Amino acid sequence: MTPAAPATTPAPPAGLRATARIGAVRDGRGGTALPLLAGEGPLALRRTRDEGAEAGVMLVGAMSAPLGGDHLTVEADAGPGARLAMRSAAATLALPGRGGEPARYDVRLSLAEDAQVRWLPEQLVSVRGSDLRVRTRAELAPTARLMLREEQVLGRTGEAPGTLRARLTVIRGGRPLLDQELSCGPGAPGGWDGPAGIAGHRALGQLLVVDPRFDADPPAARVLGEFAAVTPLAGPAVLVTALAPDALRLRELLDEAARAYGW
Amino acid sequence: MHLDHDVTYPQRHTHSADPHRADGTRRALRIGLGGPVGSGKTATVAALCRALRAELSMAVVTNDIYTREDAEFLLREAVLPPERISAVETGACPHTAIRDDISANLEAVEELEDSVGPLDLILVESGGDNLTATFSRGLVDAQIFVIDVAGGDDIPRKGGPGVTTADLLVVNKTDLAPHVGSDLERMARDAAAQRGELPVAFQSLRGGEGVAPVAAWVRERIAAWVVR
Amino acid sequence: MSLATLLVLADGRFPAGGHAHSGGAEAACKAGRIHDAATLADFCRGRLHTAGVTAAALAAAAALGLDPVELDAAADARTPSPALRAAARRLGRQLMRAARATWPDPGLDALAAAFPRGAHQPVVLGTAARAAGLGALDAAHVAAYESVSGPATATVRLLGLDPFEASGVLARLAPELDGVAAGAAEAALLARTEGPDALPAPSSPLLEIAAQVHADWPVRLFAS
Repeated sequence: MTPAAPATTPAPPAGLRATARIGAVRDGRGGTALPLLAGEGPLALRRTRDEGAEAGVMLVGAMSAPLGGDHLTVEADAGPGARLAMRSAAATLALPGRGGEPARYDVRLSLAEDAQVRWLPEQLVSVRGSDLRVRTRAELAPTARLMLREEQVLGRTGEAPGTLRARLTVIRGGRPLLDQELSCGPGAPGGWDGPAGIAGHRALGQLLVVDPRFDADPPAARVLGEFAAVTPLAGPAVLVTALAPDALRLRELLDEAARAYGW
Repeated sequence: MHLDHDVTYPQRHTHSADPHRADGTRRALRIGLGGPVGSGKTATVAALCRALRAELSMAVVTNDIYTREDAEFLLREAVLPPERISAVETGACPHTAIRDDISANLEAVEELEDSVGPLDLILVESGGDNLTATFSRGLVDAQIFVIDVAGGDDIPRKGGPGVTTADLLVVNKTDLAPHVGSDLERMARDAAAQRGELPVAFQSLRGGEGVAPVAAWVRERIAAWVVR
Repeated sequence: MSLATLLVLADGRFPAGGHAHSGGAEAACKAGRIHDAATLADFCRGRLHTAGVTAAALAAAAALGLDPVELDAAADARTPSPALRAAARRLGRQLMRAARATWPDPGLDALAAAFPRGAHQPVVLGTAARAAGLGALDAAHVAAYESVSGPATATVRLLGLDPFEASGVLARLAPELDGVAAGAAEAALLARTEGPDALPAPSSPLLEIAAQVHADWPVRLFAS
């Protein structure tokens, strides 16, 4: 590039845009087929071994994205009666971009009648200097079942966190079931790390289980020590929320919750 | 001209002292019991429940300093079935909950009427508080102030809103008077000076008539309430 | 709008039940997370930017006249803790009683009829503000202020904290309170065209967890 270009500064290179798409349908033989399985860029997809009627998909991070400026999207659509489990091969690292602009990571899940989806990615690590906005939106038919895990780790070991804003919206039968926003790190509003924030914890996460069976038999609210709780939502769903000193302790807690409430 | 009209008093349907419930039926008589810590409010409530539960449909709301202690005492003593006893949290300010912001207590009495009603009588017991604590007229129809002889025989002389204005002043634990050197006659004289015509009941729950005089006063109130 | 009317609605002595709720301060004091004016300030700031923002936006939207039934569903979705949902509905019912007596209004009557067990407090607050002739920004200010005044008052009672220090904490938060209220009113305008999904939803995981811990205590001074 010539240093000449006078009046205007060149815009920073636009970040990468990539979308991974998954479509799951009942295969008519008691299993689930994946007529759509399309990765893109850093979002590569692999089909893994089925577990009974449930098709498995692994999100393979081919690059350590998202960098600042990137916009990644994962879209999964489970048709009537389809069963799908999605995992990721490794933790996702939110990294700083060159221009300091935020990165975006969108997850959109759509579950038709009687569909069943488990969305169980590895942790999201907010690296120092990064700025990531995560938007997860799940829309469920009233008879669909969803199990969704989110884990955020603020900074690599001993490192200050980046800025992370995450919103999780779950709509069931057209009605909001859960809508939550979390902001952490240097760009977050004041008090995020204080006594009404996360009080110095560096790993936090949630497990959400939506299951129409809870209509008749809702799980009881209960606390799991001082920093985790099982909370039945205003609908057939339970949310387990936990703060932990590290990712390992967090995972133990959420795994236990998954065994108790999930499938 | 008919002044008592919906448009003139549009707030009437939520007026807490209205003798009718939202559905138009007559609500229960509400009697408040206040007084200093340890004067025997909860014991008096328990004794009233035992004396009146056979003839009246009753419930109790407690306003503890700590949420459930008085309610749990009443539950242990089994003076009423548990669904007839409700506890209100007071945010460390029991007098606020019975006087300045009565909304939680009104919720509690209405919930009791909805869940176990119809009721004839609801006793609202305040948390132990000082001599200035009185109930809002928006919460109770009548109030009893309970003091005891061991708290000093000069309390009636000192007065204060509770002693002076309560519909009934109960001087409790009269059996202890000889032991603590309290002069019951002097207390009666001082109370009469402070209260004029308002009644005073001397009570020992450990013998004699027990709670009977207070129960009789409550019965009179109920009789007056029904025809009001 | 009338500034004096706003003062009546925002007055801590308005008899709507708030005095028995600590906004999570009782649990935080017991756990040692609030122990002085500085930690109270940090707590209030955190609550303002999470529960306070959510409440202010809901109140502003209700004051604008958005469908309170939809707003109540949005409030449920924004409140995972059943203890906090119950507290919000109880406070909503108590505020409804006080508001109907103070500013009789068909909008309040309709909301009370739709939610006999109580709607979420911010939804009632916004509807009450509307009944009192106040606007969305006013309702947002009251909700934002309540999100910090409750914990501050409770901490004075719980820790014997110097009340002058507690008032200082609130005064120093004023610019942030104004900012939150303005943002909430803006979000409410957006929600008028895009629906309640457009309202912000910040929440604090620790406030939700601690509310459940607090609800399990056998003995407590505050209802929440």
